[in-house]
Amino acid sequence: MESQVVLNEKKKVQLKSSQAIQQFLAFASLIVLVLFFSLASPNFFKFDNIVGILLSTSVIGILALGATFIIITSGIDLSVGTVMTLCSVMAGIFISSMGLPIIVGVLGGILTGATAGMLAGLAIAKMRIPPFIATLAMMMIAKGLALVISGAAPIYFTSYPAFTKIAMGQMIPGIPNAIFIFFLMAIIGGILLNKTIIGRYTFAIGSNEEATRLSGVNVNKWKMIIYIIAGIFTGVAGIVMASRLNSAQPALGQGYELEAIAAVVIGGTSLSGGKGTILGTVIGALIMSVLTNGLRILSVPQEWQTVVVGAVILFAVYADVLRNKKSK
Amino acid sequence: MGEIILEMKGISKAFPGVQALSNVDLELRSGEVLALLGENGAGKSTLMKVLTGIYQKDEGSIVYQGKEIEIPDTKTAQSLGISIIHQELNLAPDLTIAQNIFIGREPKKGFNLFLDEKQLNKMTQKLFDRLNINLNPREKVENLTVAKQQMVEIAKALSFDSKVLVMDEPTAALTDSEIDSLFTMIRKLRSDGVGIIYISHRMEELKKITDRVSVMRDGTYVGTVGTKETTIDQIIAMMVGRQIYHNQKPEIKNRSHEKVLEVKNLNRGKTIKNVSFELNKGEILGFAGLMGAGRTEVARAIFGADPFDSGEISIKGKKVQIKSPYDAVQNGIGYLSEDRKQYGVMVEMDVKSNVAIASMDDFLNLGFMNGTKINHQANEMVESLKIKTPSVHQLVKNLSGGNQQKVVIGKWLTRNSDILIFDEPTRGIDIGAKDEIYKLLINLAEQGKSIIMISSELPEILRLSHRVIVMCEGMITGELQNDDNISQESIMALATKRVG
Repeated sequence: MESQVVLNEKKKVQLKSSQAIQQFLAFASLIVLVLFFSLASPNFFKFDNIVGILLSTSVIGILALGATFIIITSGIDLSVGTVMTLCSVMAGIFISSMGLPIIVGVLGGILTGATAGMLAGLAIAKMRIPPFIATLAMMMIAKGLALVISGAAPIYFTSYPAFTKIAMGQMIPGIPNAIFIFFLMAIIGGILLNKTIIGRYTFAIGSNEEATRLSGVNVNKWKMIIYIIAGIFTGVAGIVMASRLNSAQPALGQGYELEAIAAVVIGGTSLSGGKGTILGTVIGALIMSVLTNGLRILSVPQEWQTVVVGAVILFAVYADVLRNKKSK
Repeated sequence: MGEIILEMKGISKAFPGVQALSNVDLELRSGEVLALLGENGAGKSTLMKVLTGIYQKDEGSIVYQGKEIEIPDTKTAQSLGISIIHQELNLAPDLTIAQNIFIGREPKKGFNLFLDEKQLNKMTQKLFDRLNINLNPREKVENLTVAKQQMVEIAKALSFDSKVLVMDEPTAALTDSEIDSLFTMIRKLRSDGVGIIYISHRMEELKKITDRVSVMRDGTYVGTVGTKETTIDQIIAMMVGRQIYHNQKPEIKNRSHEKVLEVKNLNRGKTIKNVSFELNKGEILGFAGLMGAGRTEVARAIFGADPFDSGEISIKGKKVQIKSPYDAVQNGIGYLSEDRKQYGVMVEMDVKSNVAIASMDDFLNLGFMNGTKINHQANEMVESLKIKTPSVHQLVKNLSGGNQQKVVIGKWLTRNSDILIFDEPTRGIDIGAKDEIYKLLINLAEQGKSIIMISSELPEILRLSHRVIVMCEGMITGELQNDDNISQESIMALATKRVG
């Protein structure tokens, strides 16, 4: 028995180090990428370009934060891209078409995301529809609704400069607010995931849903709450997006969900559930934008950029597979 | 009865921490039905898995048709003519009968590029004609009853020209008339010279269908007797062994006749039939029975893990509605599953999170988790339950089985549940740790917890329970006070008593 404890102690050290390695790997890849592009092009490591990278990370990043929760429960959300668009459109309707105060429009947009999340959660938890299908349906519903509600035309916020300021205003000169919103949401996500009961149940459901249910946890209720939270993140992303573009573009959005999932996965969150971190997702999202930005600066054609990003996703997930094999 | 077709000699097989088989002999003649009996965990399945190439023996020899053979995999076993029909049927429901029987051996045509569906159905029909089976080869398997699916499995096994056929509890899911037609088929196979090893828990079937009975106990071979020359009581005595357990009966300290839980006329499909019982404060109520007797099903129904059709559950005299584990936990019930890894612990989470998971409401401060309080509680559990772990931050998957079980116990003690249902509390736990779990159970009862203990190990039942309920096929077949009149034999007799 004594020796067993010692053995377990050893295992623990190994395990801790393997988790640390994964975090370190993602962070190190980010640093290596930044170094590489800085050396390859003098235009990369410049204040404006770095701000540009962070700004372009903000929308995908906020979506990815919400997706992190869902993926840790071993679910998936394919609807975040088009739901985000629907949130933008709703904000546009509230503010531009109905003339409601901006704050109401913003909250309305976020509430739209929460509602979509609740409906998806309801379908998954109560109707027992697999997450992939339920959110695929939600993706199409949201896409259609965004087009119907907007009349398939962009809604502009030109007469509401305060709305544009939400993302593009500069509380600190030179740095758009969208970047702060992203980091603020990351901090909120981190607190939710690590300090509250929501996060604890998120991990428990992903780790062993049946054991969690048999511990007397109302798994259905908590799954719905988790999808609602992801929906709120999606709503915030929608507001940031609309504010950045100064308009709600009903045709945009599809494809964002996959980039968000890619960011989560590159950040080391396991698609089989139970494992994942907010910091990882932030790093994952940054890796994606640094790659795209750097390749663009090096004048790599857009088509090839996509190929490289795909390869990176493969590599990141393979690293995760290797890690899981080892810890077994 | 013909020649000896198969002889297994001195077979041993060990798994990490368990000697599953030690020096087991088995002899089968062609044209006989040999019953293989033993309690749960006696090693029957392991022995059959060695025979059919699923496991590799550590020691011993297998002589088949006069020659010593090695069976490295199931394919070799099949090509030698040794087939097994598992308790769980292995058919693809979306394929037809014929497609299932010749799966992996499909006849082809046109330079081997296309499947020859016609030939396939013809081959199946020929097989069915030989076996007197009246089924349409083109029928999809999903449309068949369990009994007919079993026929297909048997036909599949015999399509390999099997000389030895192992049947693992073939009647478990069948009705009486279906059993009759199965027996007709078995008799035909026997007269064709096939040697059949028949595993069953149903004593009354032995007389009907088997020629000889071989008995195993605790991974060893006990003996073989002719079915005609023996009685059921003698066979049961062979199964449970002659060792007399000096029951260290638990001291009944705190036991009152205060009814804590009352279950009335619980029913669920075919698995739970009219189950009623009471549980008193400070009592350990043992649930004995063979595998599939419905004990786990009763526990899961009471705990709200599975829905039940009808019945009433009262706690401390008040009728309660239990529709989900959430309801059960709110009513002070805790359930410790037989399958810890799947239903008990979150192995990828640490000790403290597992201990706290059922009582998160107690550890919240304005929605935030109170880490210090959780640590404190987890440390208290580690100390009082003597959980061997370097710290409460250790992942549960790095603990031994016994310590994982203690973590689950800690979870329910943290929740302060009054009624604890232990389903096979010592399964997969080594002997030293078993003793500790026993002490813990007795301790909990003395503190006034009420315990239902489901166990397939009779010595465990006799050692711990104040009262014993015996189940067979979804029904309670007896209730015994654990006094001097109780014995393993009397429990076994009830556990194999088929009513109706």
